[in-house]
Amino acid sequence: MEKVGAVMIVGAGIGGSQAALDLGDSGLKVFLIESSTSIGGVMAQLDKTFPTNDCAMCIVSPKLVETGRHQNIDLNINCEILKVSGQAGNFTVKVKKNSLYINPDKCTGCGVCGRNCPVEAIDLFNEGLAKYAATSVKYPQAVPLVYAINKDYCIGCGVCAGVCKAKAVEYDRKDEIIDINVGAIILAPGFDEYLPPEVNKYGFGKFKNVVTSIEFERILSASGPYAGRVLRPSDGDIPQKVAFLQCVGSRDYTGEGQPYCSSVCCMYTAKEAVIAHEHQHEVKPTIFSMDIRAYGKDFDKYIIRAQEEYGVRYIRSRISSIDEDHKTKDLILRYENEDEEVIEEVYNMVVLGVGLNPPRDAQHLADKFGIKLNPYGFAETDIFNPVQTTKPGIFACGAFSQPKDIPETVTQASAAAGCVDQILFSERGKLITEKTLPPEIFVAGQPPRIGVFICHCGINIGGYVDVPEVTRYAATLPNVVMSDRNLYTCSADTQGIIKEKIEEYHLNRVIVASCTPRTHEPLFQETIREAGLNRYLFQMANIRDQCSWVHMNQPEKATEKAKDLVRMAVNKARRIAPIDRIKLGVTKKAMVIGGGITGMVAALNFASQEIETHLVQNESKLGGFANHIYHTLEGGDVQAYLSNLIEKINSNKFIHVYLDAEIETINGYIGNFKTTVLHGPNKDRVEFEHGVVVVATGAKEYKPKEYLYGQNKNVILQSEFEKILNTNGAIKDKNTIVMIQCVGSRNDDHPYCSKMCCAEAIKNALLVKKLHPEKEIIILFRDIRTYGFKETYYRKAREAGVIFLRFDENYPPEVTVNGSSLKVDVKAKKVGNLLIPTDLLVLSAGIVAPHEENEELGKMLKVPLNDDNFFLEAHVKLRPVDFATEGVFVAGLAHCPKTIEDSISQANAAVSRACTILSKDEIEAEGKIASVDPSRCSGCGMCIDNCAYNAIELIEDRRFGTVAVINQALCKGCGACSGNCRCAAIDVAGFTSEQIYAMITGRL
Amino acid sequence: MTEQAIEKQTESEKWEPKIIAFLCNWCSYAGADLAGVSRIQYPPNIRIVRVPCSGRINAYFIIKSLTDGWDGVVVSGCHPGDCHYISGNLVARRRFAILKELLEFFGIEPGRVNFMWASAAEGERFAVLIRKATEIVKKLGPNKKFEKKW
Repeated sequence: MEKVGAVMIVGAGIGGSQAALDLGDSGLKVFLIESSTSIGGVMAQLDKTFPTNDCAMCIVSPKLVETGRHQNIDLNINCEILKVSGQAGNFTVKVKKNSLYINPDKCTGCGVCGRNCPVEAIDLFNEGLAKYAATSVKYPQAVPLVYAINKDYCIGCGVCAGVCKAKAVEYDRKDEIIDINVGAIILAPGFDEYLPPEVNKYGFGKFKNVVTSIEFERILSASGPYAGRVLRPSDGDIPQKVAFLQCVGSRDYTGEGQPYCSSVCCMYTAKEAVIAHEHQHEVKPTIFSMDIRAYGKDFDKYIIRAQEEYGVRYIRSRISSIDEDHKTKDLILRYENEDEEVIEEVYNMVVLGVGLNPPRDAQHLADKFGIKLNPYGFAETDIFNPVQTTKPGIFACGAFSQPKDIPETVTQASAAAGCVDQILFSERGKLITEKTLPPEIFVAGQPPRIGVFICHCGINIGGYVDVPEVTRYAATLPNVVMSDRNLYTCSADTQGIIKEKIEEYHLNRVIVASCTPRTHEPLFQETIREAGLNRYLFQMANIRDQCSWVHMNQPEKATEKAKDLVRMAVNKARRIAPIDRIKLGVTKKAMVIGGGITGMVAALNFASQEIETHLVQNESKLGGFANHIYHTLEGGDVQAYLSNLIEKINSNKFIHVYLDAEIETINGYIGNFKTTVLHGPNKDRVEFEHGVVVVATGAKEYKPKEYLYGQNKNVILQSEFEKILNTNGAIKDKNTIVMIQCVGSRNDDHPYCSKMCCAEAIKNALLVKKLHPEKEIIILFRDIRTYGFKETYYRKAREAGVIFLRFDENYPPEVTVNGSSLKVDVKAKKVGNLLIPTDLLVLSAGIVAPHEENEELGKMLKVPLNDDNFFLEAHVKLRPVDFATEGVFVAGLAHCPKTIEDSISQANAAVSRACTILSKDEIEAEGKIASVDPSRCSGCGMCIDNCAYNAIELIEDRRFGTVAVINQALCKGCGACSGNCRCAAIDVAGFTSEQIYAMITGRL
Repeated sequence: MTEQAIEKQTESEKWEPKIIAFLCNWCSYAGADLAGVSRIQYPPNIRIVRVPCSGRINAYFIIKSLTDGWDGVVVSGCHPGDCHYISGNLVARRRFAILKELLEFFGIEPGRVNFMWASAAEGERFAVLIRKATEIVKKLGPNKKFEKKW
């Protein structure tokens, strides 16, 4: 059977798009199949994302644009899967492309058809809160920007065909059926949100001011039905008291909802509460929840901020009923608080934190692709590889296998791509075509012709800065020949506009005044390059992050500042010149630091693609943290898995293992690293070259100082307890066992959740109950964070008789020794003060990052740590395993506390990201580097001392004598040499002194 | 008070300093972005110039800003030890230590030129530092030291 160098991805939300980009970038052909008419999925519907409050559209839009225009990605919208045949390596999929009734090749997305359509259809993107024409796009920034006619509403009047200048409307356009041949398949259909049944206790569907969280998300959005103002649907008033109800349709055993935890609702509700208050200070949010499950990286800090800075009130309760005041349309909520009092409160609006259901067509997809679903209706996946479905060659990522948030989805998308790489690595480059760019227009020596594009960014800029005024002002500046404004300059349609304007006005410099160049510069640079301009003939003025958002109360001053910023950008743009990027070779080898499960999975993935891999482990054996774990909560045999991995590693000819190793130096840059390692008992020195680095250094278990640990032999850690239970250690004489959660987590020293301790405690408690049903187990907790399907084990533990008591964080339990036994004094909620005599106290110790080791490695690799000493990724949401430093990736516990399955996903994801580099023969380096003007250089050598990269040396020049020269491949463009050059002989491309002076004088 | 004096006083009350800020791309510029993302408000007097690293900032950029009539200058890079380019900010620190004395010699009031550190995670700190810097320059009044007298 011949392998096919192509992949099909079903579902083009953020997960599908990420997988497509990874695979497309590593040389495979990608067929991206989407059932709706545009890509972006649920993320495009969101207003902001937690825990950074990043604007969702702003961060997802560049990704979608990239996906839409990627040379190797074939985007198919409005599709249905008909039939799948074949097996791993060679599948044939029959796909039906449903007609849009508009020719996508002709449609320009101008929208005239929609504006002239006499028929109103319901706008599903805005969750039915607004009306649209029957001829529409899903949302204004949609990728691809192609209109479609909704035949359910269309009356066939023919108006749209009459007004369409492009002659794109074709009422009789037929559906198309095609066969697509691929080597592997990734399923990323996402989820559907839970919708309460017609008759429900929340009054949803009956009371107008009860909305779901996703509807509320659209209300918050600048592009939503109320343009970002928080208004309630019944009368358009600002709701002052808003109640958010958690676990609607989740953790529900009544049969109405789902028994599992939907994992994301606690965080998105906190975010919606914060953003609502931010948009309208009158809004006072109250959140009703059972547990607060803020288990992810920096999530707990967000919850604390929500409470302390935004005044969000948390009440631990589940609402029993809601009534409506018929006159005011206010809502009356009844609940029982923790002191068992029944309380009635009036709210102006209620938001239901609805859970995540499997996608409606999950069964259909499963049947077509021949995969199994789990009892909850999600894709069943391998216990140690969460992206592997029950059928080889078919992978699942994102919420299709379990409810999950955006970074986990993006990680799994890359992980699925990493697993596809393993099957199809040999077929790379066989089915793709090289991207052809038009030749660069020669602009040197020509007078600048500057085009300025000013962004409204919805209301993010336009709501505070007078954008039309700034646009008018920009047109008056020297050399500006064109000035225009856009709702979202980063959207796909605007990229087309920019290209048109470049041609129309013969622009040779382009300025975008919008958000920060740190996220959006590459997108615009790519756009102008496609229009034939050198990438560096581009400037950005940051009038959002550094203007409209920070001067919200001073619109006049903000407008004045925006003008200044635009003028400074214009002044610089007048002096910018094209820069050529240099090409760098790639050493097709990898280094993985850390020999735990994460590091080993990464190394094995590289090796299975025949990439030589150096695995560096600081301990004397492989295994890391997993050496102390026997089973996962779900029953996976960790020790068997681990020994299997180690055996594979040791027998693989592509992997070099260094034990007891320490890294002496890491030199070089993306594609070309050189590392020296001291290893073994004799500290032998070995030096090797590699193109990428994966940091999988892991973390440690916290060694408690509290609760008499180390002082009393009956106080042990959860991991020690696990060992006793799994090695037939005796606990016969221990009749009462008390477990304390959050030891060394969620406190001042370690203000984060260690994520796995709740599952560990429940796993061990269940095992005790299985071995010795008569033992009494009491778990003292703050929140039980059994997210996702782990929730069922929490339920099982309760059913098995494990007692759960919640204590307040301000009153932690106190432990005293009483002769030979221990006593735990706890102020438990609902029960009151208890003095529990216990035979064994088990502490659920958290996970801590090794501070000094991480800091040292961070410095060597030039990558940052967060406040808690875990490694800090390039972007919390969309680049979860990348570092800002190119060619370096992070996976596993080094990133933050997580489960074994998540670590394995991250390992595969890191490999997939690395393969976007290792699959290429050469990569283009950054062009903004320093250069020496030999006619000015006096050869003093000051710059050599200042260069941290050893990129400068003195040479004898035939004409100028001793002068400095800079190695282009080593230079990072920091400019430390230039800043100190007494002869002004060194300049940095893109930041030349002339350009900076122009910005300084630009004020006058 | 004479009418003229009153007019003069209200004019000086109306006066708002203009401050130029040179920020390194990786820490301080990102910190300024974070202040934006977190909607932390600060006075609208600063205009930011992005440079790759505080090490890129030539002493002459600062002097040029003052001679060109900016009322204040803010220079900010990564915290010592955090430099994206390993040690560019340390080079900058040495350079600015010397420059500080030179500016004093010129008669530039301390506080008109402000050297500081702010990381990518310190949006709040960035806003606080800008608030402080603006307040100091406001108290010092317009920058007239380099006004051309001929």
